[in-house]
Amino acid sequence: MSNRSETPKTLFDRLWDTHAIVTREDGETLIAIDRHFVHEGSHHAFAKIAEKGRPVARPDLTFGIADHYVPTRNRASGIADPTIRGMVDKLIANTTRERVHLFGLEDRRQGIVHVVGPEQGLTLPGLTIVCGDSHTSTHGALGAWAFGIGASEVAHVLMTQTLWQRKPKTMRVRVDGAFQPGVGAKDLALTLIARIGADGAQGHVVEYAGEAVRSLSIEGRLTLCNLSIESGARCGLVAPDGTTIAYLRGRPYAPSGALFDEAAEHWLGLASDADATFDRELVLDASEIAPVVTWGTSPEEALPITGSVPDPATISDPARAAQYAASIDYMGLRPGMALSDITIDRVFIGSCTNARIEDLRAAAAVLAGSKASVPGFVSPGSSLVKRQAEEEGLDRIFIEAGLEWVDSGCSMCVGMNGDILAPGERSASTTNRNFKGRQGPGSRTHLMSPAMVAAAAITGKLADMRPFLAGRTAQ
Amino acid sequence: MTPFTQLQTIGCPLPVANIDTDQLIPARFMSRSRKDGYGDYLLHAQRFAEDGTPRADFPLNDPKFAGAQVLVALRNFGSGSSREAAVYALADYGFRCVIAPSFGDIFAANSVNNGVLPARVSDADARMLIDLLAEHPSIQIDLETQRITVGNHVVDFTIDPVWRMKLLNGWDDLDLTASYAADIAAFQTRDAKARPWVSTEGGD
Repeated sequence: MSNRSETPKTLFDRLWDTHAIVTREDGETLIAIDRHFVHEGSHHAFAKIAEKGRPVARPDLTFGIADHYVPTRNRASGIADPTIRGMVDKLIANTTRERVHLFGLEDRRQGIVHVVGPEQGLTLPGLTIVCGDSHTSTHGALGAWAFGIGASEVAHVLMTQTLWQRKPKTMRVRVDGAFQPGVGAKDLALTLIARIGADGAQGHVVEYAGEAVRSLSIEGRLTLCNLSIESGARCGLVAPDGTTIAYLRGRPYAPSGALFDEAAEHWLGLASDADATFDRELVLDASEIAPVVTWGTSPEEALPITGSVPDPATISDPARAAQYAASIDYMGLRPGMALSDITIDRVFIGSCTNARIEDLRAAAAVLAGSKASVPGFVSPGSSLVKRQAEEEGLDRIFIEAGLEWVDSGCSMCVGMNGDILAPGERSASTTNRNFKGRQGPGSRTHLMSPAMVAAAAITGKLADMRPFLAGRTAQ
Repeated sequence: MTPFTQLQTIGCPLPVANIDTDQLIPARFMSRSRKDGYGDYLLHAQRFAEDGTPRADFPLNDPKFAGAQVLVALRNFGSGSSREAAVYALADYGFRCVIAPSFGDIFAANSVNNGVLPARVSDADARMLIDLLAEHPSIQIDLETQRITVGNHVVDFTIDPVWRMKLLNGWDDLDLTASYAADIAAFQTRDAKARPWVSTEGGD
């Protein structure tokens, strides 16, 4: 914990020091892992450990969640596609054999790993958390060092509960001021990515700080840290504060009683020292951030909704002009056209980025009493979020608007379960990646906040949500 | 793992930025077992038309670059997801090295864990190599000296020194970790006392 006589430390320094088992001469450090989440896609890693004949070292710190391939409709009748069913069955077999707890399809707590972890209190401040999924950065919202890893690393963690790491560089993004009504974490993240580029934070751990970040709920912070990887950062962090402690108290896997108070004191001591230095610093003003949409095929190709599709002919850097021209061509757009003139075919509200209760409330606030002019569906981030939304009557708002209300999973964010767009179809989506083919072969994705997707659903075009909130209370 | 020292091969130019992991291996192919091979799926939408025929204008389908073991692309190669299958697709296709100005962090780590060299060069050098290879596709990579040679042109590349040693020696992290078993056990005992709340016993 903080000791003023020493060199000032960042939050990340403290996380690093707490988990360093040994450091080799070349700087490689063996890091202890506190939580490891596995999902259907982890089958390569389980195959690797089976090949080595090694068991899972710490089943007590390993948790399985069925999310990537699970159906979002007609669950009771089972999974029709044999390949997809095989993926879920493989996860059941692997976790059963290794005595790893599984939040499976029948579990009332099932959902997307990055929603369920915090919801269950498995995600705690100060922990190291890994998962074979790049959006593991999400969990940093609670002050955990959380990052996505590949199958070889998953296998290494399964067998040893450790990973070799080199200390990454640090970057602080300070966001001053207050957000405009209806503008929030998604708009901030996309603004940041557009500013520094999709590779702008590679090699760095990003700590988000400042008045506007502190003002975000845990849900908002989870969205912000989730999108860290889209700026290239493997990990994003927000220092634990009173909001964090209040969120965690009483969660099923969080400590309870005196142990919670002891832990909370420790967690509140993790924050970066006031005089700590970072390798890079960036300052943004929240009041200048407008609702943002992506127009291209990388999250860095994002602009305020009031803008227009860039014209490659006016861009001096030939590489950038070529990149933009290719994106405009794939997306079927015209240079210079207003973003609000882009018509959409479908909407999707879901994913580990934006399917928590607050996200559903924000979308419902815009949609209430209106009809969607395009089809689409809403997949809550977890089965518990789904239930809570139903208790609040949000499901009726979506259904009455003409949208489908379905079960929880990764769904149309990644399309592994068969929830995809048809070739050439265009979506307004609350997800995290507008990559070519991400939502199915030939699919075209525009990323934006839940409220912005709701506005797009009503108008059938990309639309500024702010007029829809006029005279209403946001959320 | 096979050590990586030198490579004399064909280099395939791919003058595109932001080649993400969804392009390298579309999600729908990832349920396959590794032993079935992932090479056919590499850059699937770019290589094949909707009817399955190869797109003649895509560099990987150009006979001039047949048998290429080196791919040269523009910035932010391998950005996106943690899917190691992106590297499986490259490796199973035959690539042993990717040259680009920047790489997704997770992709780069996955590459090294599969013996594939992520060699970093400047933007200008990447563009120069792409232009050179379009005419003369022969390329030489030397990991010891960190040099790329195409014809009379020599370009230096960078790589994390630890990754360089891993690749040169064909080391696997797991072998290394085994020698620290006692340190891990001692840490766990110590840490359980220092941070008792990390235990998951209370839950469920």
